[in-house]
Amino acid sequence: MSRILIVAEHLDGKLNPATARCVSCAQAIGGEIHVAVLAEAPEAVAAEAAKIAGVAKVLTVANAANAKPVAQVLAPQVAALAKDYSHVLGPSTTFGKDLMPCVAALLGLAQVSDVMAVEGPHTFKRPIYAGNAIITVEAPAGMTVVATVRTASWPAAGEGGDATVEAAAVEVALPAHTRYLGLQQGKSDRPDLQSAGKVVSGGRALGSADNFKLIYSLADRLGAAVGASRAAVDAGYVPNELQVGQTGKIIAPELYIAVGISGAIQHLTGIKDAGTIVAINKDPEAPIFEVADYGLVGDLFQILPELEKAL
Amino acid sequence: MKILVGYKRVVDYNVRIQVKPDGSGVVTEGVKLSPNPFDDIALEEALRLRDKGIATEVVVATIGPADCQAHLRNGLAMGANRAIHVVADQAVQPLTAARALLKLAEKEQPQLVLLGKQAIDDDSNQTGQMLATLWGRPQATFASKLEIAGDKATVTREVDAGLETLEVDLPAVVTTDLRLNEPRFIKLPDIMKAKSKPIETIAFADLGVESGDHLKTTAYAPPPKRSKGVMVKDVAELVSALKAKGLV
Ligand SMILES: Cc1cc2nc3c(=O)[nH]c(=O)nc-3n(C[C@H](O)[C@H](O)[C@H](O)COP(=O)(O)OP(=O)(O)OC[C@H]3O[C@@H](n4cnc5c(N)ncnc54)[C@H](O)[C@@H]3O)c2cc1C
Ligand SMILES: Nc1ncnc2c1ncn2[C@@H]1O[C@H](COP(=O)(O)O)[C@@H](O)[C@H]1O
Repeated sequence: MSRILIVAEHLDGKLNPATARCVSCAQAIGGEIHVAVLAEAPEAVAAEAAKIAGVAKVLTVANAANAKPVAQVLAPQVAALAKDYSHVLGPSTTFGKDLMPCVAALLGLAQVSDVMAVEGPHTFKRPIYAGNAIITVEAPAGMTVVATVRTASWPAAGEGGDATVEAAAVEVALPAHTRYLGLQQGKSDRPDLQSAGKVVSGGRALGSADNFKLIYSLADRLGAAVGASRAAVDAGYVPNELQVGQTGKIIAPELYIAVGISGAIQHLTGIKDAGTIVAINKDPEAPIFEVADYGLVGDLFQILPELEKAL
Repeated sequence: MKILVGYKRVVDYNVRIQVKPDGSGVVTEGVKLSPNPFDDIALEEALRLRDKGIATEVVVATIGPADCQAHLRNGLAMGANRAIHVVADQAVQPLTAARALLKLAEKEQPQLVLLGKQAIDDDSNQTGQMLATLWGRPQATFASKLEIAGDKATVTREVDAGLETLEVDLPAVVTTDLRLNEPRFIKLPDIMKAKSKPIETIAFADLGVESGDHLKTTAYAPPPKRSKGVMVKDVAELVSALKAKGLV
C-alpha cells in the first residue's frame, strides 16, 4: 500500500486550500495520507490540516528557520521525512514548484510536475506544451514518487477528518546562504483568485489601470475574484499575482468572464477547467470565442456598465 | 564575474502543437524552433549585467542534439561571449539537465547561473531548483528583478501571493520570469560577429553524468476539447443564460 506525504503550504498561520486539493490527488493514488507542516509554530496550521477528510496523520516540524518558505531550507527537512514514504506530493503553486524539485534532487529522483490525473500508483497524466498535449508518464516502480499536483484538476478534499498530530524529529543541517527580506502582498478583501468560484478577468483592451475599475466593479457585483491577461499585467494595469495562464495561475472557477482578452493559447491553458466561460470582445474572430460557452461581441466600455446594471 | 546561462532550444511558442494521430508523440517535423523564451530573458539579463560592468563574461550552454549549433549561434549573436554544447542524442529530462549543468558549473565556476523558470516544451519547471540543490547553492526562482552588489544578489520573485524578495549569497542559481526584462533583437552585424565566437562541444557521455531520465512517457493525447458555445446577441440574453444556469 502507498504511503503518501503531502507538504502543506501555508502563509501567516493559515493553511492554503491547495493542500486539500493535494489530498484529493493522494486519495486517487490510494494509501495512507500524511501531511507535513514545516513552520516556526506549526500548531494552528496542523490543526487545520488534521481536519481534512482522508488525512491519517499530521507531522509537524517546528523550527525558527521555517518561519518563511525558503525552498533550500525546507528541502533537506522534507527529504529526511520522505524516507518513510512511497510518494511525496506538493501543490503546483509557486511554493510547491520552488520546493519539490529540490526534494527530488536530494533524493536523486526525477519529479513528475503538474499531475492532473492518476492512472495508477506510478502512472500519471500531465500537460506539456502549455496544455496542448497531455502525456501519460510512468515513474519507476521501485522508487519514491516526487510530484507536484496541478491544483485546478483536483477538488479540495472536504472537512470532517480527525488526524493525529505528531511532532517529527528532523536532524539535518540547514543552509544559511539565503535571507528572506519580505513579501509585498496586494491587500484585497476580494475572493482569492486560485480558489474563487467566479472570476472576472480583464485584458489589454482595458487600456489603463483606471479603466480596470470596471472589472473590479463587476467582480464585486458578482462576489468574484479578479484576474488578468499577461498583457494587462505587463502594461501595469494590475499586479502580477492576478495573471492567469501558462505562466500565471491555472484556475478552475465555475464561472470565468474574460473581458477584452484575445484568447492566446498561453492564456487559455489557465482557464480550460473553468465550468462556464463567458467572453466579451469586440472582434468576432477572437480565439477566445472558440472556448467560450457564451460569447458577446461588442465594446466592453458599453457592455460592462450595462451588464452590471442588469445583474 | 562570469555568468552561465541555460539556453534550451524548444518549439517556438507561436506553433500550435499537434499530437500525432497514433499518440506516439507531437508533430515536430518542420515546425519552427526557437530559444526557450525564458532563456532569452536569462541571456538578456546576463548581457545587461555585463553592459553595467558587473559581469565580465557570459557563457550560454545547451544540452541538445548535434544540430543545436545554429541555436547557440543565435545566443552568441545576441551577445554571449562563448557557448558550450553538450551533445545528447535525445532530449534530457530536468534531473539529467541539472546534473550536466552542475558539471559545467564546477568547470566554469560562474558566480551566477541564470536559467529560465520553465522550458515551454516540457513545462517541467525543475532544472534550476535541481541544479541549486545539487550544487549546494542558493536559488531564487521566478525572478522579476535582480540586483547584484558585491557577493550578494537581491532578487524579487513573482510568487502567488505577490512579490517576494530574497537576498542570496553568490554563487547562486536564478530562474527568470517574463517580467524580468524584454530581450533585445539581434542585428545583422551581430550575426556575422557570432560566426567567429567559440562553441565548445562536449559529448554527453564524456561529462561523466549519470542519466536521471527516470520517467517514461507511454502516451500522448490531445487535451479534452471544450465544446463550442453559443454567441449571444446582447447583455439581456447573456444575463438570462447565466441566470438559467444559476451562475448569477
Ligand atoms: C512564454 C509565454 C508565456 C505566456 N504566458 C501568459 C500567461 O500566463 N497569461 C497570459 O494571459 N498571457 C501569456 N502570454 C502572452 C500571450 O501570448 C498574449 O500575448 C496575451 O495573453 C495577450 O493578452 P490580451 O488578450 O489581454 O491582449 P491582446 O492579445 O492584445 O488582446 C486584446 C483583445 O481585446 C479586444 N478589444 C480591444 N478593444 C476592445 C474593446 N473596446 N471592447 C472589447 N474588446 C476589445 C481585441 O479584439 C483583442 O482580442 C505568454 C506568452 C509567452 C511567450
Ligand atoms: N537541455 C537543456 N539545455 C539547456 N538548458 C536547459 C535544458 N533543459 C533545461 N534547461 C534550463 O532549465 C530551465 C527550466 O527547464 P525545465 O525544468 O525543463 O522546465 C530552462 O529554461 C533552461 O534554462
